[in-house]
Amino acid sequence: MSYLELLKLAAPEAIVVVTALAVLTVGLTSTRAKALCPIVAAIGTAVAIGAVLMLPSHANLFGGMLVISPLNSLFKIICLVLALVTVPLASSEKSLRNPGEYIAVLLLGAVGLMLLVGSEEFLMIFIGLELLGLSLYVMAAFDKSDVRSAEAGLKYFLFGSTASAFTLFGISFVYGMAGTTALAAIGQKLAAGPVQPLLAVGIVMTLIGFAFKIAAAPFHLWAPDAYQGAPIPSAAFIASGSKVASFVVLGKIVLVGFAPARGSADWHAMLAGWSPVLAVLAALSILLGNFVALAQANVRRLLAYSAVAHGGYTLLGIIAGGRDGFSATLFYTSIYAVTLVGAFAVVGVVRRESGGDDLQNFAGLASRSPLLAASMSIFLLSLAGLPPLAGFFGKFYLFSAAFRAGGNHGLLWLVALALFGSFVSLYYYLIVLKVIFVDQRSSSTPQPGQSNAGAARTSDFNVSTSLDLFSRITVTVLAAAVLFLGLMPQTLAARILASLP
Amino acid sequence: MIAWTIYVTFAGAIVLLVLPRVFARWLALVTAVAGFAIGVATFCQHDVDLAHFRTVVRVPWVPALGMNYHLALDGISLTLVLVTGIAAISAVLFSWDVTDRANEFFFWLLLVVGGSYGVFLSADLFLLFLFYELVIVPKYFLIAIFGSTNKEYGAMKLTLYSFFGGALVFLGIIAIYVTGGSLDLNQLAQFQFTPQLQSWAFPILFLGFAVLAGIWPLHTWAPTGHVAAPTAGSMLLAGIVMKLGAYAGLRVAMNLFPQGFQMWRTTIAVLAVVGIVYAAAVALRQRDLKFVIGYSSVSHMGFVLLGFATANVFGVSGAVLQMFSHGVIGALLFAVAGRMIYRRTRTRELDALSGMNLSRALPFAAFTFVVASAASMGIPGFSGFAAEITILIGAWKSYPLAVWITGAGMVLVAAFTLRALKRSFFDVDLANTAAAPPEMEPITIPEKLGAGLLMFATLAVGLYPKLLLDRIQPAVEAMRFLK
Repeated sequence: MSYLELLKLAAPEAIVVVTALAVLTVGLTSTRAKALCPIVAAIGTAVAIGAVLMLPSHANLFGGMLVISPLNSLFKIICLVLALVTVPLASSEKSLRNPGEYIAVLLLGAVGLMLLVGSEEFLMIFIGLELLGLSLYVMAAFDKSDVRSAEAGLKYFLFGSTASAFTLFGISFVYGMAGTTALAAIGQKLAAGPVQPLLAVGIVMTLIGFAFKIAAAPFHLWAPDAYQGAPIPSAAFIASGSKVASFVVLGKIVLVGFAPARGSADWHAMLAGWSPVLAVLAALSILLGNFVALAQANVRRLLAYSAVAHGGYTLLGIIAGGRDGFSATLFYTSIYAVTLVGAFAVVGVVRRESGGDDLQNFAGLASRSPLLAASMSIFLLSLAGLPPLAGFFGKFYLFSAAFRAGGNHGLLWLVALALFGSFVSLYYYLIVLKVIFVDQRSSSTPQPGQSNAGAARTSDFNVSTSLDLFSRITVTVLAAAVLFLGLMPQTLAARILASLP
Repeated sequence: MIAWTIYVTFAGAIVLLVLPRVFARWLALVTAVAGFAIGVATFCQHDVDLAHFRTVVRVPWVPALGMNYHLALDGISLTLVLVTGIAAISAVLFSWDVTDRANEFFFWLLLVVGGSYGVFLSADLFLLFLFYELVIVPKYFLIAIFGSTNKEYGAMKLTLYSFFGGALVFLGIIAIYVTGGSLDLNQLAQFQFTPQLQSWAFPILFLGFAVLAGIWPLHTWAPTGHVAAPTAGSMLLAGIVMKLGAYAGLRVAMNLFPQGFQMWRTTIAVLAVVGIVYAAAVALRQRDLKFVIGYSSVSHMGFVLLGFATANVFGVSGAVLQMFSHGVIGALLFAVAGRMIYRRTRTRELDALSGMNLSRALPFAAFTFVVASAASMGIPGFSGFAAEITILIGAWKSYPLAVWITGAGMVLVAAFTLRALKRSFFDVDLANTAAAPPEMEPITIPEKLGAGLLMFATLAVGLYPKLLLDRIQPAVEAMRFLK
């Protein structure tokens, strides 16, 4: 194995790192950094996507540390696309004083995503998690003028580092039992049959770290504050890219690495293993996320709690297991990520225009900007799972996979719970849409003591509209994508299904 | 060709969004007329086999999961496509005065219509469900933006009820898809589901659909929704949307789970009869004219469910005919109450209306309302009579007791209809007869056209029910639960 060959296989990651450094340099040296940095970043990301497409279809380096497979390549592309659509959001965000640094950190986070997705070995996965985590902590706390951003960053960091510690602890147990850190080898070494207590500890500890990343209840406590306080592009990236990569890796770990310790989550035949653990997490997330979201008056907090619920739905596919279930999970998490970036982009524009992101700031959006209102309704209705949008097909795929799994429809209880949850969720999504389409904007100016006073700078209004152009274009493209994936789900679903062995 | 009803309607809806406002209502009218014309043209063709659910279009859609874009047609679908067209045209005509956010209004309206065409023609379970859920959100906006009394509450209640039903249906459809291994309704109709599955999946699926058909005790969305909705919204709700639930219950739940249906049909019959009598009794006590009509809708839809529960050709054919009939009559009643009266008097309170001498101020409205009431009461010569008598003949074979109770219920229907008729139009104040009737804007031409179309439909079918029954009956006989 020559270094040249290694470089060839790791070319996409290398390109993104180089781009990050280039952006950093441009940001420090150029006087027009604000305009140049996003362009450099976009070009670098696009080249990296091209490089992923040039990769061979199969390769395995260092016992799983870097694995190239159709699945990994597909999700590297998806992660890069998510980073790419976050860049224009960052470029129109005024509160980010040093766009070069911000975008460089974003790109390093993207490298973390790619390492996570492209590895099937515990140590590399952990390194990917940490690289991603550190970038996200910085991104969450990036807005120095807003104390909420600092709060978001600190909360995210404290919860995240604790969760990482749990994961590392769990991995060490698993290593002790199996004597290897490669997922495939672990899957072979672990004995089938009843789960030993030591292994159970290892599995649960490992899962805690991922439950934190996907914001599954009861490890979701950071999410509302991070989603609400972090700068919009950071929140979007935390909610999208980080989640997609975490689900890919979580699926691989439990379905490949912990395959013998699966257990059973069937209603009448619960059996110790990871699937009942995930089932409990999913059930809690669905209930808690949906019910708490009902009471939210801030759109970002609402999206955060709905994200908890969606994390719960997405887990259903992994619990169901098999090719069907995993591909349903991957499809759902991908479309969810696209939808959520779009929703956050809309929130960003509204926040810059009206000085906040509470529900009342959205009043009358339909008359101010029909395009944004229409896009937001596409995103929210897709989240609620209404046709003809991507979320509808995603839910059907996911729930039918879960229903099929298990003996004698043992997962019926989870499917029924998830359907009940999505019934509840329609209420709060509709409330947002009601505010957008039915309510009229009150003429009173925002109160000085209002929660998001930091962004209330109406004098900048004219400046922001031109910057918002990128955001608006992104919103429109993403809304079109959600609609397209709803009408033609085949384009993505078949690709995911084909990439799974 | 019938598939074009869907395409034309959705295309019209999308074009509406970009057109200047002055064209909105014209384009909506053209679209609605085009959809109806396609339905009528298919109706007049003699070489179409309406006895079986024959495929019209079948294109692979998501091959990996066995989903097809699959449309089919039989006599039942065609009947409901026709009533959708009629209700759509008249709803547009009765919304001729909508000027505020008109494009948006007609966009939502056409989405409801297009989605309904889709439901009636789908032969793929996933596609059917897609269209079925597609109708929910436009209804919400139609009511919440353009409605009247308590609109946000009514809209949210209606939407949540629909979506609750939708969640039950979702579960049932997944159960069918996973165990039957297909989504093709014709293939699934050959598949033998285990009795154990049928025993629990049938009630879930049927109840989910029946929520939209206004089954007692899950009917409460209907009166509040109807009252809150704008006139066209109530007309579509009564004319089409309630039929979606009943149609899907017949096409999916009953046809795929015949044994489950046999197990549960007595329960359905009981709920239907309770609904008929209860809603009629409640209607008798309402003060708001639209509430009277809203509850009468629930009562009439009870007949549809009773017809289903009979599980014989007469009862089920009558139920389908009743769907057509109530679609027309319900739309007509709401048109009079919501557009002809409310737009002019700004009130629907029966007490307030009774002093207004409306029969002299608005003679055409009075005439229309008399016709609609007669049709609603089941006077021979109107479609309501033909449909309800067919249902009761069917019910006599299966549940004689139900016929007795329903007969008593029909007296209540007559009572509340006559009461509403008298209080609204003919309560002439004897001390005040000499006074001139209040000045009111005369009935406009679009209103006359819309009312004329609906009255013509109910009379035509009432006088010659064979026109539809000849097409409905063979399709019903082909259904599996009758074999």
